[in-house]
Amino acid sequence: MMRRLLLASAAPVGAFALTLVISSITLWAFGSNPFSAYGDMLSHAAKLETQVDILNRATPLYLSAVAAAIGFRMNLFNIGVEGQYLFAFLIAAQVGSMLALPQLLHIPLIMITAMAVGGAYAGIAGILKVTRGVNEVISTIMLNAIAISGVIAWLQQRWQADQAQFTSTTLGTNPIDESGLFPHINGLLEIFTRDIAQGKELTGLLLVAIAVGLGYHFLLTRMRFGFDLRASGLNPFAARAGGIPPKRMVVAAMFLSGAIAGLIGMVELADTAKFPPDPIKGLGFAGIAVALLGRNNPFAMVLSALLFAFLDISAGILQNTEAATKEIVNIMQGIVLLAAVIAYGVSKRVQEREEARFTAEALAETEPSGVTS
Amino acid sequence: MSAVIELTGITKRFPGVVANDEVNLTVERGEIHAICGENGAGKSTLMKILYGMQQADEGTMKVDGEVVTFNSPNDAIDAGIGMVHQHFMLADQLTVLENVVLGAEPVRVGGAIDFKEAKAHLAEVGADYGLTIDPDDMVETLEVGERQRVEIIKVLYRGAQILILDEPTAVLVPQEVEALFDNMRELKAGGATILFIDHKLDEVLEISDSITILRQGKTVATLKNDGVTAHDLAELMVGSELPSPETGESTVTDHVALSVRDVTVVDDDGRSVIENINLTIHKGEILGIAGVEGNGQAELVDAIIGTAAISHGIVELLGTDITSMSVRKRRESGIAYVPEDRHHEGLMLQAPLWENAALGHQTQKPYGSKWFMNRDGARAQTELIREQFDVRTPNIDVAAHALSGGNQQKLIIGRELTSDPSLLLAAHPTRGIDVGAQAAVWEQIRDARAAGLATLLISADLDELIGLSDTIVVMLRGRMVARLAPSDVTPRDLGAYMTGAASQDEPNHDQRRVVQ
Ligand SMILES: Nc1ncnc2c1ncn2[C@@H]1O[C@H](COP(=O)(O)OP(=O)(O)OP(=O)(O)O)[C@@H](O)[C@H]1O
Ligand SMILES: [Mg+2]
Repeated sequence: MMRRLLLASAAPVGAFALTLVISSITLWAFGSNPFSAYGDMLSHAAKLETQVDILNRATPLYLSAVAAAIGFRMNLFNIGVEGQYLFAFLIAAQVGSMLALPQLLHIPLIMITAMAVGGAYAGIAGILKVTRGVNEVISTIMLNAIAISGVIAWLQQRWQADQAQFTSTTLGTNPIDESGLFPHINGLLEIFTRDIAQGKELTGLLLVAIAVGLGYHFLLTRMRFGFDLRASGLNPFAARAGGIPPKRMVVAAMFLSGAIAGLIGMVELADTAKFPPDPIKGLGFAGIAVALLGRNNPFAMVLSALLFAFLDISAGILQNTEAATKEIVNIMQGIVLLAAVIAYGVSKRVQEREEARFTAEALAETEPSGVTS
Repeated sequence: MSAVIELTGITKRFPGVVANDEVNLTVERGEIHAICGENGAGKSTLMKILYGMQQADEGTMKVDGEVVTFNSPNDAIDAGIGMVHQHFMLADQLTVLENVVLGAEPVRVGGAIDFKEAKAHLAEVGADYGLTIDPDDMVETLEVGERQRVEIIKVLYRGAQILILDEPTAVLVPQEVEALFDNMRELKAGGATILFIDHKLDEVLEISDSITILRQGKTVATLKNDGVTAHDLAELMVGSELPSPETGESTVTDHVALSVRDVTVVDDDGRSVIENINLTIHKGEILGIAGVEGNGQAELVDAIIGTAAISHGIVELLGTDITSMSVRKRRESGIAYVPEDRHHEGLMLQAPLWENAALGHQTQKPYGSKWFMNRDGARAQTELIREQFDVRTPNIDVAAHALSGGNQQKLIIGRELTSDPSLLLAAHPTRGIDVGAQAAVWEQIRDARAAGLATLLISADLDELIGLSDTIVVMLRGRMVARLAPSDVTPRDLGAYMTGAASQDEPNHDQRRVVQ
């Protein structure tokens, strides 16, 4: 049992070690001292406030990873998480700003709007695939372009024209009432720690992300739809013969993926209270990397989201301390992905060999039969 | 004669299984050597090791007296060993010549493929071994037997002197088997050595010079093929008698289970792949469909299960029109399905056995419901299937790809027959299953029939078809061309109808009789 646990953790540990070695060489080659760079990163991560930053960053990354993973499970490559969450963010902010409701209604309404818009926007790619045979990679890339460079860029121009008298900080949709904003959960964390300083707030969406993760796990392991989803990914022909409607599954999976993507922007909304002129971009693509590293597994993706968030936050820190260039974290994120692929491959082979050896030993002690039961 | 292949002490372990346990195998130059044994005995594994696809944990291999180690099939090819897999790997859209040279193209200066040279070499290989095939034919137009010939030529083209064929006859109808055996004799005359796996003992006795029998990963015996009987072989393999498929008492009732009326299916190009098919299957009846592969049998099954669109006609199950029902609705209303290719439509190879057992029945007890899966129910049911259908596996959590071909097939049969169906669509249900397990499967089908199951049976094994069916229809080019009583038809007659050498005027004749 102990051995198995060791073997199972060997891959991530190995990948991590490999990443450290390659990153150190890279840092060293760029003329930085790797140890002082790591030292800076770690000493900052040990601080509560940095940890809050990391969690705030990990939350949308994780949501984005789950959105991508839902597609991956069916061999659907939803590259459009980026456009889906920005579009959902925009519409949800607009809807939210037009309403005055009690908190208990306002927040769910904004979230449902975001999920519906994200889902519908991704659903377009699904419908195009099943009716016209358009590859979802191509359609989601184009939908990204429409959302990001089309609608949002156009809006930004209009806002700038309309709101000439406003400063850049007030640009965007109208602000949303307090009642529509997801509360922070500093209090929850402070039960276990000292008070959080520097005015940092831990996003309440963290709880939503945890719920989404658990829901995703439940969907895959306990629900019939999750079974159908995985079956369609594992063997589409057998799935179809097994009564799983391939077209409906494609649309449903894309919708679900987009709906989860719709939640990503809610983290920023809680912070800015409106759709800002320059929303955080790139979370959709980062989510793909997090999902790959976490192998679409709900729990492994938690760790990989935390790792990516840690590296993202470290980028700012390295820039401040000048221990290394901040680009090193991008390099590290790339390396860790590669290292993981290698390490998983190696560990699988070792594991199989080990298991076969155990079998042989067990068989040698009992009767000589071909099959053990 | 000298030993061209000598394997000693070959051991190969997989998680939970010792697939080969100190296997010894000696093959003489220029002989046809059959490998027989139960499902999961380790035959395919041994052949994959010899072909460099898998590496033995222990043991030594000698080819022409030299010790060799193969790290990949390329090493084996260099040593003159080639393998034809059970599932063909040809590109449909290319010609025979292009397929044969694919991966071994003779290149002219400048990088262009030298097709002239390739053609000459192909003709030479063909002449050496007496294999004829038109190099310019498109592969998609070829029959199964011809495709297999292309696979064999492909291996010979690469200079193989030793051929491995894994269950080559499983996909062939008797005429094609005869043609294959003629080819094998020619190859032998041309100096080649052939190793082949086969579950049909009469075929083994007809063609082989020597026979090695594996049992539970060990070599039981290597025999010269003189004076050996099928009885002896079966005895050595499984320690039991040779079964024969016989339905016994008729259990056909008056209740119509499936009624197919005037059904036409067209393909993407608008050609009819089946045309105006009429058939009725009653409760307790087994209707056999004979035909050379590719004559519409598969499309007929697709139309009934719902994966092919019916362009014209009606399908009724127990009096309900199911023509435009979804596949899921059809399965829920009691259609069970054993697909012709277990890897293509039958299994999720990467998923554990218990999830594979649920596939196709996941909305129904005990596997699940409309919304939720029932893990415990599914696992318990899988254990039941494993026991009842003798699926040899260390446990039900292993992935389906870790089962031997025959055991995968048994799992599928089990999952379909235990789902309490009213109609069974079975394409080649015993394909790849060993003689012992075959008897068990026949027994299970017979029991279900007695309990009122209606079965549509497709099989390339004409003895199975004649033995099990209550009625046989023959399909040729998408049409029903004959309707026969199994009691007065021989495999020879069937073959004549299947190839169009014989015909009947009114095959649809008594189909119009609608019985309530
Ligand atoms: N990749 C694998 N991983 C784990 N176990 C395997 C693997 N391949 C084969 N086995 C196991 O090894 C044993 C021998 O399998 P093999 O495929 O050689 O049988 P076989 O004699 O060819 O049977 P069949 O007649 O059913 O094709 C089986 O118990 C099978 O479950
Ligand atoms: Mg096999």
